[in-house]
Amino acid sequence: MARAVSTRRKIGFTVAAWVVALLIFFPILYTIITSFKSETEAIAGFSLVPSGTLESYAEVQAQSNYFKFFLNSVIIAVGSTILALVVAVPAAWSMAFSPTKRTKDILMWMLSTKMMPAVAVLVPIYLIFRDANLLDTRIGLTVMLMLINLPIVVWMLYTYFREIPGEILEAARMDGATLWGEIVYVLTPMAVPGIASTMLLNIILAWNEAFWTIRLTTTNAAPLTAFIASFSSPQGLFWAKLSAASTLAIAPILIMGWFSQRQLVRGLTFGAVK
Amino acid sequence: MGNINLKKVSKSFGATTIIPEIDLEIEDGEFVVFVGPSGCGKSTLLRLIAGLEDTSAGTISIDGRDVTGEAPAKRRLAMVFQSYALYPHMTVYKNIAFPLKMAGEDAAVIDKKVKDAARVLNLTNYLERRPGQLSGGQRQRVAIGRAIVRQPSAFLFDEPLSNLDAALRGTMRLEISELHHQLKTTMIYVTHDQVEAMTMADKIVVLNAGNIEQVGSPMELYKTPKNIFVAGFIGSPKMNLIDGAPAAKHGATTIGVRPEHLGISTTAGEWKATVGVAEHLGSDTFLHVQAEGVGPLTVRADGELGVRHGDTIYLTPSPAKVHRFGSDGRAM
Repeated sequence: MARAVSTRRKIGFTVAAWVVALLIFFPILYTIITSFKSETEAIAGFSLVPSGTLESYAEVQAQSNYFKFFLNSVIIAVGSTILALVVAVPAAWSMAFSPTKRTKDILMWMLSTKMMPAVAVLVPIYLIFRDANLLDTRIGLTVMLMLINLPIVVWMLYTYFREIPGEILEAARMDGATLWGEIVYVLTPMAVPGIASTMLLNIILAWNEAFWTIRLTTTNAAPLTAFIASFSSPQGLFWAKLSAASTLAIAPILIMGWFSQRQLVRGLTFGAVK
Repeated sequence: MGNINLKKVSKSFGATTIIPEIDLEIEDGEFVVFVGPSGCGKSTLLRLIAGLEDTSAGTISIDGRDVTGEAPAKRRLAMVFQSYALYPHMTVYKNIAFPLKMAGEDAAVIDKKVKDAARVLNLTNYLERRPGQLSGGQRQRVAIGRAIVRQPSAFLFDEPLSNLDAALRGTMRLEISELHHQLKTTMIYVTHDQVEAMTMADKIVVLNAGNIEQVGSPMELYKTPKNIFVAGFIGSPKMNLIDGAPAAKHGATTIGVRPEHLGISTTAGEWKATVGVAEHLGSDTFLHVQAEGVGPLTVRADGELGVRHGDTIYLTPSPAKVHRFGSDGRAM
């Protein structure tokens, strides 16, 4: 009996999980479906069956060069992630392995910057960018995205490094490893999964960042988020074209996320259980 | 060779002194156990010898060479940690080979040494596994394997059996003792378990609050403890320590009588006592009694003894086995 109840419950939970997952995924699914419709079909009403036309994609590509935006997104997302890791790895390292009395406070302070609404610093940052000639430049946006994601990167790496027991490093020292040997043979292999999941998450965050990318760029450095925004025109909404643009913008990150989901789940739930 | 000499070694963390000033001589090939309660500084002392902590003052020499300022790797010591501290991303083979690789040994030499060590430690079938796929006892053996391949001048063990269950602890205790007989290398072993200390050591160093209370062979410490601390720490069950009139009768401030040195009678004796809890271990029975005018006592009796809770018995300490301590806590 107990087994039957448990199976029934399992089926219930599975169905519930699918329903929730579909609800979350539905807007993305409907965007993809709409992108394969003509503009007339798109405004005709709710329908899950598109005609399969590719005209929206052709128009989007003709109207603005997708690959230029795509390239900007890649450069900004990957660049800001690498830059963030260069700064965060040593920072998290020192906080994890030689903490001081103030380490926790510093970490909390870093995180507290994420609690502030971005719009609160829009004007000063815009002015700094303008005066430093960084408006609409890839370098400016890369640095900006690096800075806004840095607290999360430091926190994730710190939690990860903290899990490497100090005794293992001492064992390596006893075994004759030099500092370099310790880093190459012991620390790095143990930290790689953590660094990788942090990197993936940060790429996704940077890729999806729209507030700063739309406000600090116009054409030269505009990434895919700005590309989508450019299709919501004042003359009226072109749903099919907007959907095609959105699909093109999210496709790369969706594919990357699909292939790296194991690493990502590890990163997102890290530290939840021992 | 594995002569280790500590001269006026002390260690402080800021204003807190962990080890005030210690002199200690460890002979080549000895099995020395540092024993003491938690926080007595025994692990710190081991880490000072290993070079994982810097000394605040004093010198540490190994085979006559001053190593006080030297890095851990240069001291030619190997250490086995409480948590095993294995490299989780490496196989058993690579874990054991790691110190040899760091020493720049030839691949063929490494292979031979690793396989020899694996044979000694019954790890041959596990060489391709990772630490996560091994049991606690096997992991500890890998940690020992990693230590022995380097042929160090001394082995340092930091509470290596604490994470194992009681049965496995007993087996590993024997294995380490056997290993010491085979290798004849100096071993320094830290534990808070006085049973481990008594059963394994050639020489026990009893530590309390960073001070060495007594150094000697297990039987020396058992028979002639220098002070109340050592008397109470060495021996299981603990020695009964009695103050007041019964002690004054022996011309001491405190007397100590081990549970096994109390004679039991149901009719007559020096102290009348009421039996509380009786722990039957089969071979022995430990009686926890309340003796009139003396206080609570533990008595080690024959396993067949048929006394029950609430019974009255009479106890008489063997006169030659009564330890007398003065007001300063030292043996008289």
